[in-house]
Amino acid sequence: MTRKQKRLSVIAGGLAFLGVATGLTFYALGQKASYFYMPADLTTASVQPGQRIRLGGLVEKGTIQRGQGATVAFSVTDTHKSVKVTYTGILPDLFHEERGVITEGTFGPDGVFVADSVLAKHDERYMPKEVADGLKAKGVWQESKSE
Amino acid sequence: MVETGHFALVLAFALSLVQTLVPLFGARLNNQRLMAVGGPVAVTGFALTALSFVALASAYASSDFSVASVWENSHSLQPLIYKITGTWGNHEGSMLLWVLILTFFGALVAAFGSNLPATLRANVLAVQGAIGAAFFLFILATSNPFIRLNPAPIEGRDLNPVLQDLGLAIHPPFLYLGYVGFSICFSFSVAALIEGRIDASWARWVRPWTLVAWMFLTGGIAMGSYWAYYELGWGGFWFWDPVENASFMPWLAGTALLHSAIVMEKRSALKIWTLLLAILTFSLSLLGTFLVRSGVLTSVHAFATDPTRGVFILCILTLFIGGSLALFALRASRLTAGGLFHPISREGALVLNNLFLTTATATVLVGTLYPLAVEAFSADKISVGAPFFNLTFGPLMVPLLLVVPFGPLLAWKRGDVFAVAQRLMVAFAAALLATLVTALFIDGASVFAALGVGLAVWLILGALTDLAVKSGVGNVAAGIMVRRLLGLPRSVFGTAFAHLGLGLTTLGIVGTLCFGTEKILSMRAGETVELSGHTLRFVGLYPAQGPNYAEDRGRFELIGVGGSPVGEISSAKRFFPVRQMTTTESGIRTIGFSQLYISLGDEGKDGSVVVRLWWKPLVTLIWGGGLMMMAGAAMSLMDRRLRVGAPSRRRKQAGAVTSSGLP
Repeated sequence: MTRKQKRLSVIAGGLAFLGVATGLTFYALGQKASYFYMPADLTTASVQPGQRIRLGGLVEKGTIQRGQGATVAFSVTDTHKSVKVTYTGILPDLFHEERGVITEGTFGPDGVFVADSVLAKHDERYMPKEVADGLKAKGVWQESKSE
Repeated sequence: MVETGHFALVLAFALSLVQTLVPLFGARLNNQRLMAVGGPVAVTGFALTALSFVALASAYASSDFSVASVWENSHSLQPLIYKITGTWGNHEGSMLLWVLILTFFGALVAAFGSNLPATLRANVLAVQGAIGAAFFLFILATSNPFIRLNPAPIEGRDLNPVLQDLGLAIHPPFLYLGYVGFSICFSFSVAALIEGRIDASWARWVRPWTLVAWMFLTGGIAMGSYWAYYELGWGGFWFWDPVENASFMPWLAGTALLHSAIVMEKRSALKIWTLLLAILTFSLSLLGTFLVRSGVLTSVHAFATDPTRGVFILCILTLFIGGSLALFALRASRLTAGGLFHPISREGALVLNNLFLTTATATVLVGTLYPLAVEAFSADKISVGAPFFNLTFGPLMVPLLLVVPFGPLLAWKRGDVFAVAQRLMVAFAAALLATLVTALFIDGASVFAALGVGLAVWLILGALTDLAVKSGVGNVAAGIMVRRLLGLPRSVFGTAFAHLGLGLTTLGIVGTLCFGTEKILSMRAGETVELSGHTLRFVGLYPAQGPNYAEDRGRFELIGVGGSPVGEISSAKRFFPVRQMTTTESGIRTIGFSQLYISLGDEGKDGSVVVRLWWKPLVTLIWGGGLMMMAGAAMSLMDRRLRVGAPSRRRKQAGAVTSSGLP
């Protein structure tokens, strides 16, 4: 092979490889990216039971119930609507009533959201960014409330 | 002292402008005196930045709450070590650490670069100065750590309790040494483009810097991973969090750079590619800085969100990435192409390595930026987590790991893949055996788990085979073999150790993910629980008082075979009153390479406590492998051919030392 042919074959091989990787990436993005919703969004969005989503909002006051073992039930609210969530495991240290929370999981057939992770990510105001943005959009939470 | 530090910072900014302009024009006019300005200015700039950093650190150490940054991130009751490490446990201080390390590397080039061609040295220092100027301006304009408060508060607001850990002393400095270390490779690349000239001595210079940066970045990532593992109490070692990805992308690209620089140095091939890769690696470091420091991501690393900072860093990012790539587009065609090689050769293997690693970098980049793009252009908010990366990054890594043992054994220019396969027979047979043993004799082992173990054994033995073949095991007498082994160039050991580390990390990941067990249950004092053959008894909760926190310590006894306790593990809930924040201290006991991990949950009404237990087989190998990779990099650095500042000596010894041409 000449230098040019050699180089072309290397480039062709590389492009084919990149093509496969790109295809895989887009497939994975379509399948594996999980959307973020707040309880009120769920009336308009169509979320199938079994579809993995992230549900965020505030932990509704007085709804935390500890069941047997390590299972906990609570409601996530954006003050317009609320959704019942169950979770088995250790709740993050920052999990409190009326504090922001993001849960990740799927809806069961009975309409209860079964979370497999409860995220403790937050900024210095202890409010997850997505939740803060969502509450601001709904006019519930103002910037000034943070300090 | 604080004002001195502030003043020193302003002076350092002014000097960085001098460092940018004077040597640049000097190189343009070929004026020796103007070019010579770069070195002393770089060293002085570093000294001033160091002075500024020491001033801030001493304000932290003495709890000077008249400084806003200290007030926000420190407390008089904090232990001294956390007062000091708190210096960079916040946005302003960590940016100061960033430029400190940047100027440190600039000073190193000035100190050791006396035998570089004068114009190259001047241009490198100029580019380094320009990066410094941009970040000094960023600090002074948007993130000044020296802003005073009047009147001074009496007490500070405490450092984020999650950061009150020894990890903060190691993780950020190492990570920055890695991130910022790649700036040298970037500066060398841009300098080569400005001159329109690139030769093998360029690669000999860039490789050690890449090794240094890569070594620290590896350490920083490994340390960050271990820190998250024990501090967060979730038992995970990697979360595919955007902030982790921000450090992982430069690592992947840097690993590719490390390998392509070898080809360039030895064979003068892949010149343009290596140069581009050096630019891209530092660009990813800058992108990482942007992602973490701008506040577009929410995480423990995003200390504060201030839109002006994000826009400022974005401007720096655009200027340097856009500028360097534009320069590349204009000048790359001037650079001469390198030597030819057969696809089946050491060069070919390294090209394959680069193809896999850069593609893997790209998938991580897409997964990290896609949610930001979706959020910017639509109302949807999405997250891309582990499932995405398992599906894209995983399939790219497995074939790469499979071919790793072949690379170092192939000859330069034209290799014989069958001869190499023959030499790897033993490693292959052992890997196959390990796979079969795992599949047949370990309960609950899936096919993937068995193949994973096999892959790890293949990597480990493949690395050892490399050493064995090059020292002539089986062909020569034992005495000659040992002498040959000891006589091998250090870089051969470096390669073997780094690949061995990769195998160990793989083994650790496979062990933890495939054979780990966990239990969540609520326990009362006196109850016992069994997990993967280990019996644990919950002794009870004991309150205790720390310097700036109160804790409930849950004590557990590890029960031995005879029924008597053989050790204690304790996990605690700590409450920090200043920030009204609770953290969980996990309880860990290392048994062999494996660990028992206990995390304490909430206390129930009936006095029971929720407890989460994990058995993590071989988990320590994940980070042990990282240390091994660092050791490999250190060994390569000690190779006399690569010793920083020894490029001229190398030429004389080129005939005597060859790494692959051994009989």
